[in-house]
Amino acid sequence: MRALPVGDGALLVEVASDEEAQALHAELLRRRAEGLLTVREIVPAARTVLLDGLDDPSRLAADLRAWEIPAVVPRAGHVVDIPVRYDGPDLADVAAHWGVAEEEVARIHSGTAFRVAFCGFAPGFGYLTGLPPRYDVPRRATPRTAVPAGSVALAGPYTGVYPRSSPGGWQLIGTTDAVLWDHTRVPAALLSPGTGVRFVPVTPAGPTGPADVPATPAGSA
Amino acid sequence: MTDRALFVVRAGALTTVQDQGRPGHAHLGVPRSGALDAPAAALANRLVGNRPGAAVLETTLNGCAVRPRSTVTVAVAGAPCPVTVDGRAVAWGAPVRVPGGALLEVGAVLTGVRAYVAVAGGVAVEPVLGSRSTDLLSGLGPPPLADGTVLPLGNPEGLHARVDVAPQPAPPAELVLRVTPGPRDDWFTAQALRTFTSRTYRVSSASNRIGLRTEGPALDRARPGELPSEGMVLGAVQVPPDGRPVVFLADHPTTGGYPVIAVVRDQDLAAAAQVAPGTPVRFVEVRRR
Repeated sequence: MRALPVGDGALLVEVASDEEAQALHAELLRRRAEGLLTVREIVPAARTVLLDGLDDPSRLAADLRAWEIPAVVPRAGHVVDIPVRYDGPDLADVAAHWGVAEEEVARIHSGTAFRVAFCGFAPGFGYLTGLPPRYDVPRRATPRTAVPAGSVALAGPYTGVYPRSSPGGWQLIGTTDAVLWDHTRVPAALLSPGTGVRFVPVTPAGPTGPADVPATPAGSA
Repeated sequence: MTDRALFVVRAGALTTVQDQGRPGHAHLGVPRSGALDAPAAALANRLVGNRPGAAVLETTLNGCAVRPRSTVTVAVAGAPCPVTVDGRAVAWGAPVRVPGGALLEVGAVLTGVRAYVAVAGGVAVEPVLGSRSTDLLSGLGPPPLADGTVLPLGNPEGLHARVDVAPQPAPPAELVLRVTPGPRDDWFTAQALRTFTSRTYRVSSASNRIGLRTEGPALDRARPGELPSEGMVLGAVQVPPDGRPVVFLADHPTTGGYPVIAVVRDQDLAAAAQVAPGTPVRFVEVRRR
């Protein structure tokens, strides 16, 4: 772990893997909730967590070295189900890249326990990890000028869902009606760092299984 | 509809609603947003008796024109510009009474870029995540003003400042930005670091609320490859593959994948809101406090 100063009031803490970044993020949230840490922003990313709005970044940088950071244990029940139709225009390309049939892409993807590693790009856009490294895919050589809202997409080691229509270069494998961002809702973002996510296959005609439920955090409301 | 409202007669090149932004949501991908020249917005609010967090209008270069439905007190700060009520010149940088139905015109800036128009009671559009700011990167908050837009106003809260003239900094002829190196200065050659803090750049016309783009000598990387996306702070100086530094302003993305060579002091960013394309920019290295 390495703590890099960022300006006068922030620290970028760099770790070796995305699992370590998620564990550090969880520990930072715990410490903030317990009043042990005062900070304006905690922004996890691929290999780092940014802490912005610190009174004394150098002291925290020194303290960090002594921290015991437990590995992340997914909390039972804290999983968002996202219904998805595996009908994306890049499904065949992804299947070819993985060396499997198109139906197999849906089976592998929906059988994976995902976790939101970090957010960015747009409000409510989560970078989901969980697929084994052999399923990494490259971005499209030419980005699309408009990716429809609700597109379920892959790039590198990540899965994501476009909260609104925007340009994008990810491989589109499916579509969801889940609302990723609604500023009138609390919370506005369906996905936030640390959230567990499961994609539940549905067909345009209707549900294929008992798990076809609206995308809501399990256990809430 | 209530008569506490502004009718937008001329929206101008880009006029947005801004307050102190929505910090605290970067982990959801939400930019902080807020007035680019925060001290100017705060001064305009003070002049009309608003709290510092009240929403104001931020204009770009050619001002705007609005018609209040009832008599209001307004003040214009930031970039100096002519201000008229029904064609008659009134004070810039001071509270001005605008009768209901009269036309308040904020003219083209004489120097600088952005003027701030505060109205007693503040612009009262619906807040999003605690802020009324327009965020041009992600589209949160109200859209930029359009001709014919009607903006609701809040109720005035207190006494406005009793001033004849409020001193304000002149827009800079040369922008000097104090920077502390890092967090990714080690991604650049020693020569690039010297170039960055010794040569003069110029403000690019591609600058906006997201970033102050610059033109000048390219900064060479010491290492190839991609940086995994990481969190970005306000004032981060990101260097994309073309080697020209971009200073992240209020609507910047919350994560990014280009290395940050240095970070600009917060106090210097207000001046960055007022520099026109072509203005010289120098990055001066200062020690971390």
